[in-house]
Amino acid sequence: MTLPRAASSPQHPLGELLPPLTQHEAFVESTRCLMCYDAPCTHACPTHIDIPKFIKKISTDNLRGSARTILEANLLGATCARVCPVQQLCEGACVLGSEHKPIAIGRLQRHAMDYFYSSKINLFPPAKATGKSIAVIGAGPAGLSCAGELAKRGHAVTLYERREQPGGLSTYGIIGLREPVEVALAEAEMIKCLGVNIVTGKDVGTNISVSELQNKFDAIFLSVGLGYTPSLDIPGEEFILDGLEYIEQSKSGADTMQIGRNVVVVGAGNTAIDCATIAKRLGAERVTMIYRRTENEMTAYPHEYDFIKREGVGFDFLAQPIRVHLENKSVRALECLRMELSENDSSGRPSPRPLPGSEFLLPADQIVKAIGQKKPSLATQLNLTTENGFIKVDEHFQTNLAGVYAGGDCVRARGAASTVMAVEDGKLAASAIHERLVSRG
Amino acid sequence: MADLSINFAGIRSPNPFWLASAPPSNSGLQVHRAFEAGWGGAVWKTIGAPVLNVSNRYGAWHYGNQKMLAINNVELISDRPLDVNLREIAEVKRAWPDRAVIASAMVESTPEAWHDIIRKIEDTGADGIELNYGCPHGMSERGMGSAVGQVPEYCEKITRWVMDVAKIPVIVKLTPNISDIVMPARAAVAAGASALSLINTINSIIAVDLDTLEITPNIGGKGGHGGYAGPAVKPIALNMLVALGRDSVIANSKLPISGMGGITTWRDAAEFLLLGASSLQVCTSVMHYGFRIVEDLCDGLSNWMDEKGFATIPDVVSRSLHRVSDFKNFDLSFKAIARIDQTKCIRCDLCYVACNDTAHQCIDLIAADGSVVPPAAYDVRSNGKAEAVGTRPKVVVREDDCVGCRLCYNVCPVEDCIHMIEEPSGRSPVTWDQLSQSQPEVTEDWKKMQEYRAKMGIHIH
Repeated sequence: MTLPRAASSPQHPLGELLPPLTQHEAFVESTRCLMCYDAPCTHACPTHIDIPKFIKKISTDNLRGSARTILEANLLGATCARVCPVQQLCEGACVLGSEHKPIAIGRLQRHAMDYFYSSKINLFPPAKATGKSIAVIGAGPAGLSCAGELAKRGHAVTLYERREQPGGLSTYGIIGLREPVEVALAEAEMIKCLGVNIVTGKDVGTNISVSELQNKFDAIFLSVGLGYTPSLDIPGEEFILDGLEYIEQSKSGADTMQIGRNVVVVGAGNTAIDCATIAKRLGAERVTMIYRRTENEMTAYPHEYDFIKREGVGFDFLAQPIRVHLENKSVRALECLRMELSENDSSGRPSPRPLPGSEFLLPADQIVKAIGQKKPSLATQLNLTTENGFIKVDEHFQTNLAGVYAGGDCVRARGAASTVMAVEDGKLAASAIHERLVSRG
Repeated sequence: MADLSINFAGIRSPNPFWLASAPPSNSGLQVHRAFEAGWGGAVWKTIGAPVLNVSNRYGAWHYGNQKMLAINNVELISDRPLDVNLREIAEVKRAWPDRAVIASAMVESTPEAWHDIIRKIEDTGADGIELNYGCPHGMSERGMGSAVGQVPEYCEKITRWVMDVAKIPVIVKLTPNISDIVMPARAAVAAGASALSLINTINSIIAVDLDTLEITPNIGGKGGHGGYAGPAVKPIALNMLVALGRDSVIANSKLPISGMGGITTWRDAAEFLLLGASSLQVCTSVMHYGFRIVEDLCDGLSNWMDEKGFATIPDVVSRSLHRVSDFKNFDLSFKAIARIDQTKCIRCDLCYVACNDTAHQCIDLIAADGSVVPPAAYDVRSNGKAEAVGTRPKVVVREDDCVGCRLCYNVCPVEDCIHMIEEPSGRSPVTWDQLSQSQPEVTEDWKKMQEYRAKMGIHIH
């Protein structure tokens, strides 16, 4: 398994931002690790990778053991090394953080993963077949993780993916600057090598029915993620680009992508920041992010906010879009209302309230919205119990349908959706499915 | 400002720091530059018998990110012709009258050879001679170096030959590759030597190459033991220095001792002085960083002496020697326990695992509600910085059970976080020596020992 690098050349404006650590840098950084016992970084990691253990192995030049340590806890270690909000997780919990610089855990993990993907080693020999079969629907991080963990235990796993390529948001929804697409594809390839049958271009619910799968498989895991960006419900909406599609385009054809001169991004989450990054890096003269609350309520991670400010992107807070203004069927401006904050809403954040008569025009020739994702449509199709539109699961990740499990963003009714949480869901669900299938005999 | 000058067996130098006889003092050019940098003296790389050297002669031991915690070498004595060395010694001494120039010598073990080399050295105007009885490789196979130093009789005999003709101070340099370094030192005293120096390098194999399975360093497919030196050997050198200082024969002889073995910083230097050295020789750290290190050796030592109120080097020499004793003289009633400063603790839990796995299991993890919790007690679904940091238990010493072993103190990565607190044990001071005289049965019989412990309230966890 190799990790092609050509398309993600660091010279490209959207090429991977951080260079790999050199062997010497990795060694020096690894020797800084104190090797805490029952380490807080490991606790903070949703997949509980034994971080001191994998770092120690880097310092002793045991990269094979290091990679194994990571992958045993997290099959998507290469993606997580790049996209995890480490400041909120492992590195944020590092005991050296208070007075020193935390260990660069993410970059060390990437060092071990890069070794693994460039050295063609096989860490997990095939297990004895159990005769059980599981269908996993959706080849994003949760699906890949669940499928891989089940395959490692000897189950026959078929992973259905409606898109052409596996990887989910890692392949389609994370900008190349953070994770080159090749990394996500190599990871999916590795899962395939564990024995998972990945079937792409098949949409469950359209090409295959769930009941068909229920008849054929002993268990089903839904890792369908969420949908595209919901509607703003404003006049001229059809002229607003979907943020996720914007990112997809930047990954499949950045060089032919149409970028406005004056781009407005609606939203202030991490996806919105990615959209603004694309616009700015691919040539927009001015990029403005608008948000109906303030920087205190925005959902983007603080380090992402710092990053985008340094990219030269402007902000207009307390602004709510109400209408797209056109000229010759081209976007000319976004009309907004000024907001003010009032009492907290159900999300615990102050709710924005429009100031009457405060309409103003933001000049724009391209508008991109990134205000969250639509809830999983499969939930209603299958009559699954939901919670705020997300699929409701019990503590074993089982839905209200026996033998149908779910995990990843599609069940994330609470807390921030992230790749690493999805990987952990997949891992825990795989354990639960395995227990059920094995105990049932 | 403290006066750093020394008079070592009649050899004067403006500070106690001499280049040890080694590669840094291999030529006039080098010694000249070392003196420009501020070195007080130099023991010339050993001159004497003809030799040929090999490539890949230095190996090194690195630890973590720290390079060259120790070096080992199979380099022989000077491979430059004798007359060239003698000429350069004379030139350097003429150019630097205030510095100590000492010639190290090693020749075939005959009176003629030694008489000849001593006279030649004296003709250069050198301030002293160091007899190399320590070189552990190559030369020893030819009956020189440590082959002499390891046999006190040879040591005495050759030193006598030297003292028969020597008019300048003679320092006998001892090998550590011996079970009791006191024996060759006493032999040197008996033969009338002017001073002692120690330690020479220690026999060592530095590494095996895990790719080729060859010995490191690889000398044409072979390798072997070489002389080990550098920061890692300092504790061994200090112990041998103390062994000489505590021996009555050597102490009564009042022979000064030139200390060496891993001196890297002024702090190491001060420790050697406190334990009895009155001149200091340095090699590995110079080989690592160059002659410039002498500046901080002098500056740091001088500042420390000023702070402590020591005016001269002799004020420092042997100051701590009287504190060195044997186990049998230690106070068995002395009690110290570990205490962790919670305001400084970063909760790495290294003290916990060290104590729990390898010491006395007396550090607890205490949760916010005060209960003792096992490690990794958190739920598998728990994650994130806030939970990991916010719910992390405190590490607290269970003082009643702490035996004061000091392991936690040693592993703690935070300055001044774990303190060893001296506490009254409630028992009168008593040493093992006293106990074995007053109550010999206690020291010989486990049952009596148990009774004694019960009586004295000694609870061993």
